[in-house]
Amino acid sequence: MDNTGKRPRVGLFVTCLVDLIRPTVGFAAVKLLEDAGCIVEVPAAQVCCGQPAYNSGDRADARDVARAVIEAFEGFDYVVAPSGSCAGMIRLHYPELFAEDAAMMPRVHHLANRTHELVSFLVDVMGVKFVAARYDGTITYHDSCSGLREMGVKAQPRALLGTVAGLTIKELPGAETCCGFGGTFCVKYPEISNRMVGDKAKDVAGTGADTLLAGDLGCLMNMAGKFTRDGVDVKVRHVAEVLADMAGDVPPIGRAK
Amino acid sequence: MTEARAQILTSIRLALGRGVVDAATQQELRARLNGHRRNLVPARGQVTGRQKVEDFARMVEFSLASIARVRSVDEVPAAVTDYLKQQNLPAEIRMAPDKRLDAIPWGRTPLLKIARGMPDPKDEVGLSGAFAGIAETGTLMLVSGPDTPSTLNFLPETHVVVVRASELVGGYEDAWTKLRAAMPSMPRTVNFITGPSRSGDIEQTLQLGAHGPRRLHVVLIDDDPQAGPA
Amino acid sequence: MSLALHPTSKAFKANARAALKNETLQRAMGHLGFAQKRLEAVGRLPEFEALRDQARDIKNHTLQHLDFYLEHYEEKLRQSGGEVHWCRTPEEARQAILSICRSVGARTITKGKTMVAEEIALNPFLEANGVAPVETDLGEYIIQLRDEPPSHIIAPAIHVTKEQVADTFLEKHAAYGKTKLLSEPREMLEEARGILREKFLGADVGLTGANFLIAETGSSIIVTNEGNGDLTQLLPRVHIVLATPEKMVPTLEDVSTILRLLARSATGQEFSVYTTVSTGPKRPQDIDGPEQYHVVILDNGRTAMLGTAFQDMLRCIRCSACLNHCPVYNAIGGHAYGWVYPGPMGSVLTPGLIGVDQAGALPNASTFCGKCESVCPMKIPLPGMMRHWREREYEQRLSPPAQRWGLAAWAFAAKRPRLYRLLTGLAARVLGLWGRRHGNMHNLPLAGGWTQFRDFPAPEGKTFHQLWSERGQR
Ligand code: SF4
Repeated sequence: MDNTGKRPRVGLFVTCLVDLIRPTVGFAAVKLLEDAGCIVEVPAAQVCCGQPAYNSGDRADARDVARAVIEAFEGFDYVVAPSGSCAGMIRLHYPELFAEDAAMMPRVHHLANRTHELVSFLVDVMGVKFVAARYDGTITYHDSCSGLREMGVKAQPRALLGTVAGLTIKELPGAETCCGFGGTFCVKYPEISNRMVGDKAKDVAGTGADTLLAGDLGCLMNMAGKFTRDGVDVKVRHVAEVLADMAGDVPPIGRAK
Repeated sequence: MTEARAQILTSIRLALGRGVVDAATQQELRARLNGHRRNLVPARGQVTGRQKVEDFARMVEFSLASIARVRSVDEVPAAVTDYLKQQNLPAEIRMAPDKRLDAIPWGRTPLLKIARGMPDPKDEVGLSGAFAGIAETGTLMLVSGPDTPSTLNFLPETHVVVVRASELVGGYEDAWTKLRAAMPSMPRTVNFITGPSRSGDIEQTLQLGAHGPRRLHVVLIDDDPQAGPA
Repeated sequence: MSLALHPTSKAFKANARAALKNETLQRAMGHLGFAQKRLEAVGRLPEFEALRDQARDIKNHTLQHLDFYLEHYEEKLRQSGGEVHWCRTPEEARQAILSICRSVGARTITKGKTMVAEEIALNPFLEANGVAPVETDLGEYIIQLRDEPPSHIIAPAIHVTKEQVADTFLEKHAAYGKTKLLSEPREMLEEARGILREKFLGADVGLTGANFLIAETGSSIIVTNEGNGDLTQLLPRVHIVLATPEKMVPTLEDVSTILRLLARSATGQEFSVYTTVSTGPKRPQDIDGPEQYHVVILDNGRTAMLGTAFQDMLRCIRCSACLNHCPVYNAIGGHAYGWVYPGPMGSVLTPGLIGVDQAGALPNASTFCGKCESVCPMKIPLPGMMRHWREREYEQRLSPPAQRWGLAAWAFAAKRPRLYRLLTGLAARVLGLWGRRHGNMHNLPLAGGWTQFRDFPAPEGKTFHQLWSERGQR
């Protein structure tokens, strides 16, 4: 139950990457939310938050895509995404995107204020203190930039991971340094991005952890892709998979069964 | 030039979507300028009494300067000669022609050679009196004037500064208040000095004495009854 | 070499690639250690965050009344015997400085560190007009000898290794009878100090920048660690300050607030070694100080940023925290940015000063990780303004065609959920099958930027929405 004492109706914003690449993360999110007492629905009309267009300077298309999200998620008590980046887009950037559209503003704010990143929602809003999960291994955690700086995700995943049986946490030096993904940045400036993710790979390997977790699939794909390419033997997973006890359901990101 | 002036000012007004600042606002702005209102002053900048003295001394050392504490002006000459000896420096100083420094009984150390007036590039040690010391960061405040040439703060390799506990203030704001009370208008130069000159420009390795003094030594006369016993 | 005269921002991508391969540069950049020191300094001042808010408000207030404060400043400065020279363009500023130099028959001019002088390419201009400029900040001196532009706004020679400094000194200091190859930074500093000491004493004019101008008193403030700026302004007969309008701060109290942030954000010091407040020329009874005090105020497009999406950039106090914390800057150094101001602050400022057609690559070279904004003492929303530049670029159709096409195709699908579902369903299936054996793909058509250095993780095979509706859930 949330702090109002009801079972809230939550709209799950799946995110386009989870939808396409790693549906398990979406199911993990559903499980975690339901375990926390939410009624979860997944509006079919959702596509993407519009970030690719917004960050490329294309406000018109970004607005069109965002409008669809606003419509699709009207009426929920909360909107939750397994991504700090997409949640941050809705919460912080939609109001800026529609700044000139006074008629839209009430709807924009209404949505923005109810939108959360998954793990911080569980802890901060639903008051979740522990999860029933087991993961035998040593993990390290990368703080994805938007989650960290826009949504204040830092302590919450660590708190819940601390309750996973069999799991040890090793802190990652430079955990708050960008992995070099940056949406289209990683293909626009591949050499710079490669350098950044290469540095990250070294830091991760240095911890001696066998698994790297984070809360954003874009960053995870970037790091996992670098690890398999360079032969860094660290498994990569979305934090929700571990918290929902679903790591057994799928191989780590970028690995075969 | 006047054309440029007019155009820049006009450009500002156009950009801000207004004409010349109206009379009422001007009055407000002038009041703001003359009000010397303080913004948030950190706790470290509000210390008083004994703590002010102790904080100042601690922060002076934190800034990589050294400090000698004496109980009265009478002990200053010995403190200075001791320091010079310790650093293997000649007992020769260039001293600001500052009247406040005349209160120090220099005659007690006849071996110390003192030259007054404008510094010469050959001077190895300069000695000046501070206008104030700022506890917040161990900063010395020196002002230029007929008796206090700023050049002395920068030319010699070693700079000795004498400051009294009664001249210490908590934060920068107190220093400005003290300056405004002491002088009708700004002196040509106000130097805030926090530690000896340094540079990290070669591979970020810290080197002292880049252009200004390599050594900064503070002689603190800890004789302020208001600050409590040392 | 002046980047102001020869911008290479258009070639940013190639510059960056070269920088990443340049081992000497990479070694030199490894020494940049300000970020950790800042963290420690901030930790020692509990009020730091609150001061950031106040500093932002002070600057916003100042910018909102900039015309008033500039006029008040000028009036005060005149009362103290100084003179203001208003300049719209770099050319006007160069001419103003040259004519002051000529009026006193100056042959050499010592310079404290000023980025604005880089912006107007002052050195080559003075040289061409018979006035020898001598940089006195150690880092600036090194790069002047090497004929290179600065690569960092407060550590201009961060890209140079000590071995390179030694070689440069050996070559250039032979003229002063110094012929020993040095190995330690200490010796290099001593040698430069000795040579520059003579220059200080022989200069006719000293030129410094200004970290702040104070409206209340008509003062200029410089903040340094070496003391070169002070010798530059104290010893010659004439002191010229080269400043820009947005350096204005109303009162000494206001500047005290901002000063508490500056050194901590920049080098992690509690306070810089020398904070010097200068007000006019020497007073009649003074025994030292310059006889003339001139302030050249150069606009160069800044006031036109007021009232626009880029106004907040005028709060910048050039502390360099955004550079020091930027993973992109740390990877490629400052020269790759191709103009005077590198790093995040440069990525916002440069398109404004030389045009987004020239410098459009810079605001694109960011992951929007937000680190810069989180450390900026003046709370400047740097990523947001980089996005604004991307918008301008997009509106003016300056972004690369491949990118525009890709975006258009994506947007077309993203606005049509059913088509989008169809396409993603197909993609998940095809890529899922393709990558099934390894769990990833080594090559991917149209994604060379990705697969050049990384594998592309294979999808699970069906989209979330497919699976969700298969389970009959809504
Ligand atoms: S933008 Fe902010 S962090 Fe960067 S130099 Fe300017 S004030 Fe410093």
